[in-house]
Amino acid sequence: MAAAIELEIKPHQGWQRIDFRELWHYRELLAFLVWRDVKVRYRQTALGGLWAILQPLIAMLIFTGLFASVAKIRTDSVPYSLFVYAGLVPWTFFANAVTLSSNSLIGADQMIRKIYFPRLLVPMGVIVALGLDMLIGFGFIAFLMAYHHWPVTANLVWLPLFMFGTFLAASGLGLALSALNVQYRDVKYVVPFFTQMALFLTPVLYPMRYVPQKIAVYLAFNPMAGMVEGFRYAVLGSPVSWPLVASSLGICMLLFAGGLFVFRRMERTFSDII
Amino acid sequence: METVIEISGISKRYQVGQDARFYDSFREALTQALRKPWRNSHNGSGKHNGQKNGNTFWALRDISFDVQKGDTVGIIGSNGAGKSTLLKIISRITDPTEGHIKVRGRMASLLEVGTGFHPELTGRENIYLNGAILGMRKAEIDSKFEEIVSFAGIGKFLDTPVKRYSSGMYVRLAFSIAAHLDPEILIVDEVLAVGDAAFQKKCLGKMAEACSRAKTVFFVSHNLAAVENLCTRGVVLQQGKLVFSGNARQAIDYYLHNLVSEGSAPNSHIIDLSCAAGRPVRYRPQLKRLELYTEDGRPLMGDLPVGGPMKAVIHFYLEEPCSSFDASLAFDTPSGQRVCTAHSAYESGRVHEERVGDQVFVCDIPSLPLIPGEYKLHVGLDIRNTEVDWVEDATRLTVINSDFYGTGVIPTKGQFLLDNRWTMSSPLEPEVSLRGKV
Repeated sequence: MAAAIELEIKPHQGWQRIDFRELWHYRELLAFLVWRDVKVRYRQTALGGLWAILQPLIAMLIFTGLFASVAKIRTDSVPYSLFVYAGLVPWTFFANAVTLSSNSLIGADQMIRKIYFPRLLVPMGVIVALGLDMLIGFGFIAFLMAYHHWPVTANLVWLPLFMFGTFLAASGLGLALSALNVQYRDVKYVVPFFTQMALFLTPVLYPMRYVPQKIAVYLAFNPMAGMVEGFRYAVLGSPVSWPLVASSLGICMLLFAGGLFVFRRMERTFSDII
Repeated sequence: METVIEISGISKRYQVGQDARFYDSFREALTQALRKPWRNSHNGSGKHNGQKNGNTFWALRDISFDVQKGDTVGIIGSNGAGKSTLLKIISRITDPTEGHIKVRGRMASLLEVGTGFHPELTGRENIYLNGAILGMRKAEIDSKFEEIVSFAGIGKFLDTPVKRYSSGMYVRLAFSIAAHLDPEILIVDEVLAVGDAAFQKKCLGKMAEACSRAKTVFFVSHNLAAVENLCTRGVVLQQGKLVFSGNARQAIDYYLHNLVSEGSAPNSHIIDLSCAAGRPVRYRPQLKRLELYTEDGRPLMGDLPVGGPMKAVIHFYLEEPCSSFDASLAFDTPSGQRVCTAHSAYESGRVHEERVGDQVFVCDIPSLPLIPGEYKLHVGLDIRNTEVDWVEDATRLTVINSDFYGTGVIPTKGQFLLDNRWTMSSPLEPEVSLRGKV
């Protein structure tokens, strides 16, 4: 019997299509990479998974002290701490996902030099694994809401949409940056700085209505602006601007598609230059 | 016969010494990054003439051959001949620049054992992770788990993080997972050189088993003895070109007769090591020169009588003040089997004062009792017990027939000549005379 599996190895030039069949074939490897990241992330730490809560919690305490009392930001009836934490959970996921995934390929250089597998799995594994941290964060939001006697609304059904949008934006940026990082290690230094600055350009610490109309137009190009507002709408029932959500979501999808194709285009040289 | 791998016109070009200038400024790096993909696609299939063309280098040129089902193909060639590049292309790790390969069958490649091992994970967890990376399904790993553990012999350390394993255990576990892959086409690179001698033997057995399961195997090794034992076919590469393809034995002969002496100058007793070809790229040249003399100081031109005395003078350079340094001289058969090593660290009670700059080590070998034949000499330099320089195949030494035993009889089997004495004893009381010997 002529073997059924036939593979052709040939030069690849220019843009590549996304090989979904191959990705499906390697789904178990993705699962193992996610599982490894989850297992390893908090190994040999005293607090373990608590860090998923502590990281945004400490940020929340500082920002609450700073903005609620010094800058006197008013967040309607929502307690400021709850308001900030609900924004920090998706933001922390986004910032960590972009930072960790952009360094993921150069961290896996040994594997990339020595064996073939779809390279997409490396940054995607990191991002999916961080999703668990986001879920733990939501658990803590539920606790804070109970503490503040804040009611859950039917808006909650929208939550998956905003999680998905955040995932798309983080993956798109993570894929493109991880691919660029293989050739230009500058990325490693730029990304942490970028995520710090971007925090202030995203309505995490302040509500969108504090932003003057002139600037708000530009914020619509920030994929996370609509997502963070959307999270608060879904979780806390805060008001949201749907045009902002729609434009952010559009940008999220563009980022994802762009990141995916940039990655596919650059991946063929990874093993040679990493 | 069924063709399972069809290699046609494979070439691979590498860029040499690029990039450094792109890092001048961040702005430039970014614009380069944006421009790069487009630029590449324009001269991607550019013309080529000669090995080196500007700052590009052809690691492989127009390689074509077919592999039949059940073949075990050994790829032979000196360092830099393109063996690893060819395996990387067949394993899909890197794209060819030109040509194409058709593969029929489930393929797995082992360019290294333990790829993707995570030090924080336990042995058990790494078996699953590494198995998945090598392309095994979880169900497949489950079914082979017991076998993998027992082959590696790590039983009670299964739930210990591998970072606490001894290096031997680590390598045994890594090889064991790899050895339980069950593909139709297996691609192996040098992974046999792992573990202690006993485990290496076990690995060779496992490899032979894999080869005999009528699978197709692609095998690259510097160990010609292993190639000869395991392979049915041999392919010889030289500077990126295919120069011979035939059965394994013929391929090894071709390699030994036509290619191994290239570059070395066996007619001189002074060998320049500063730009020797046999130095791994990761080392800076600290070994400068090797000089060979006979006992009474006459130049040794590459021919030494059996059991004859020799003196090696090794010139080297210490970059910083250091009091712990050692030189070594290793002897290999042409097929790459280590026969013996002379190492200054073997001498007891040797203490140096701190030294820096040009240094000379003199090694006196009162008698080199190797059987007649050709030997490769490797020279090494260690600083604080870590190898810092190594020149493979620095020169060749031919040991010629001489009357070692004074009887005119010279053994041709084995590796070296043993100094031995025999006496006759009465068959009635054999223990008495034997006791004295043992």
